[in-house]
Amino acid sequence: MTDQNKDIDTHSGTETTGHSWDGIKELNTPLPRWWLIVWYATIVWAIIYMILMPAIPALPGMGTNTRGLLGESDRDNVAVAVQELRQKRADSSAILLGASLEQIETDRELQQFALAMGDSVFGDNCATCHGSGGRGAKGYPALADDVWLWDGTLDGIQYTITHGIRDPENLDTRFSMMPRFGRDGLLEAGQIDDLVEYVVNLSGREADGAAVERAAPIFAQQCATCHGEDGKGMHNLGAPNLTDADWLYGGNREDIYNTIYNARNSHMPAWDGRLDDASIKALAVYVHSLGGGE
Amino acid sequence: MVELIGPHNKTSKEGAPAPVPPQHEDLYAKRRQIYPKLAHGKFRTIKWIVMALTLGAYYIVPWIRWDRGEGIPDQAVLADFAGEKFYFFWIQIWPQEAYYIAGLLILAALLLFLVTSLFGRVWCGYTCPQTVWTDLYIWVERAFEGDRAARMRLDKAPWSFNKVWRKLGKHIVWLIIAFWTGGAFILYWHDAPTVAKGWFTGEAPLSAYWFAGILTMTTYFLAGMMREQVCTYMCPWPRIQGALTDEDALNVTYRYDRGEPRGPKRKDQDWEGRGDCIDCNQCVQVCPMGIDIRDGSQLECIHCALCIDACDEMMVRVGRPKGLIAYDTDNAVAARVEGRKPPKWHPFRIRTFLYAALMAAIGGIMLFGLMTKSTFEVNVLKDRSPPFVRLSSGDYRNGYALKLVNKDTTARTLTLKVSGIEGAKVSVIGMEEDTDGEFELPVDAYGVDRYRLLVTAPAGDARRTLIFETTDPKTGETTRDSVPFQGEK
Repeated sequence: MTDQNKDIDTHSGTETTGHSWDGIKELNTPLPRWWLIVWYATIVWAIIYMILMPAIPALPGMGTNTRGLLGESDRDNVAVAVQELRQKRADSSAILLGASLEQIETDRELQQFALAMGDSVFGDNCATCHGSGGRGAKGYPALADDVWLWDGTLDGIQYTITHGIRDPENLDTRFSMMPRFGRDGLLEAGQIDDLVEYVVNLSGREADGAAVERAAPIFAQQCATCHGEDGKGMHNLGAPNLTDADWLYGGNREDIYNTIYNARNSHMPAWDGRLDDASIKALAVYVHSLGGGE
Repeated sequence: MVELIGPHNKTSKEGAPAPVPPQHEDLYAKRRQIYPKLAHGKFRTIKWIVMALTLGAYYIVPWIRWDRGEGIPDQAVLADFAGEKFYFFWIQIWPQEAYYIAGLLILAALLLFLVTSLFGRVWCGYTCPQTVWTDLYIWVERAFEGDRAARMRLDKAPWSFNKVWRKLGKHIVWLIIAFWTGGAFILYWHDAPTVAKGWFTGEAPLSAYWFAGILTMTTYFLAGMMREQVCTYMCPWPRIQGALTDEDALNVTYRYDRGEPRGPKRKDQDWEGRGDCIDCNQCVQVCPMGIDIRDGSQLECIHCALCIDACDEMMVRVGRPKGLIAYDTDNAVAARVEGRKPPKWHPFRIRTFLYAALMAAIGGIMLFGLMTKSTFEVNVLKDRSPPFVRLSSGDYRNGYALKLVNKDTTARTLTLKVSGIEGAKVSVIGMEEDTDGEFELPVDAYGVDRYRLLVTAPAGDARRTLIFETTDPKTGETTRDSVPFQGEK
């Protein structure tokens, strides 16, 4: 707007912007100067900040983002914070190491600490296979139920976590091996068919009576050593109970045939050395609490 | 900025010279220093008293002690962030009850609305911290540099020893006040004696120094330098109040019906044909906002009523009745202009009733909530992963996290009974199996305890409901929670 046609508001004597809404005009009142100064100050501050702090992301050709003169790094800060947290936890970890698993589980304070610690360790290390909350999956045992292949006591769980199952690098690992009856030609296909019926019958479902009768001597000869004459399994060999409703590798005829033909010998790594002793103890209490253990 | 244009202005400008176009051609205006003159009178006295009360409360409240039991802070008013509690005398607010704070803020907002629709901006004029501290700072300024005329002379004068010590002294006292303001603020967030002692031994938390520093600087700048700029440019309230005040609100008003036509009057002149306003400018000189109340109701006016005191003093001197500037309503002024009898001020209007009713309702709900607040809380959280587990026997099992909150200051033992499903078995991790289906769960004094529960039930409907009944056998307080139990059909 030029000086000639300046629109001056008659009431206030202030120039207007010339915009009118329903006859109401907006005054062109100047902003306070301090406001302008504050605005300049924020610009200066932004430039200083960009020099002192990491500010510009890695653009093509830069390789890395700018580091800033102060050397501030979130990554380093996290490392320091984790270190501090470890330090803080050291005392509680020492108490865990000094107490028995039973004491940890029955002492209110220790239990809460162990469960919180176990929960986070489980989420980071175990949930990948065992599922969150130990829900399990086909081939990966559920830890929240009441079925334990090896040993569901506190000490048993601690042992399993420490040494793993069929871990080739751990001498004390839990070990057993089911033969590959079909693949290695130990049994004929027909015999395996009969055995499938026998196992189905064991778990209380309807099965072919004649086949069950034919398979009885085979079971006694080949399977009962580990699974027991009554098929109820054996803890110290990790041999599952065949008479219950729980099937780690599936309970239909096809799955059972597969299991007998190929055998299933899955692994769990030993956590000794990967997790510290306090974490393993906390984890044992946590896993025991999931389904009540044994 | 859109200025409020009232009927006063048109009238008050009548006969006055045409407005002079502003001299500045700049986009940005330099701040015009305001030198408020000391007023004497009723409202100045009220303002001194309000200042003493509000500042007194601010500095004293954190030192009041209130015994709540062992291990619990004994500070009457305390926002304990580390302990996640808020204490206000007999009221203790836990984080999950933050809605009481929301309720308090709503009540405060409604009170502000109600007061504004009755008496205009009394909040701005008397009790707003910005007003109180600015008033205090002007008082210090006056003590060092004298009243309006002396201050203006001093600012114009060249630098001299006299000017330096007066200015230096003022700023030092300002900074001391600012420091005490910031220092007192942190007392509300920590145990006052501890943090006050720790402050000087270097043991106070870093945040205490940080916040005290920030508040020292904001007090110094806002009350010392920014003053009226805060109200005019930074505060949203002047804009909001335009919508809340109405023709029936009591505002600080220049009664132009009586004052106009204004003009200076010599002793020998008659009052005939002229208004009571002698254009002495006293109302402008005492104004801390630097405005002319005779321009009518305006955004900048904080309604501090100091112009009433200044004008009354002059009216007495020239022998006219007081109240040329007074608390009055737009309705009354309009009526007198038309020659009607001004209507009585009526505080009971639909909107004031509405505000009061809303306040009563919200206050009532909060009071009811506070009176019936239970001394413990039970939260049952069902495991989501896995939602249920099928056991080898074919039964189903669900896991639950039980959180018991004890708001009492003594430890106690709550009894938990789970019912609702025939044949369901309950176990609590780490607790002895109980034969009668009840569990005794100890809870810390003033704390939260967590338990893990497993409930096993024979196969049945996919969705069933369990009842968790928690009782304090000593007081008989009971809560019942319905919790889902999942399985497969």
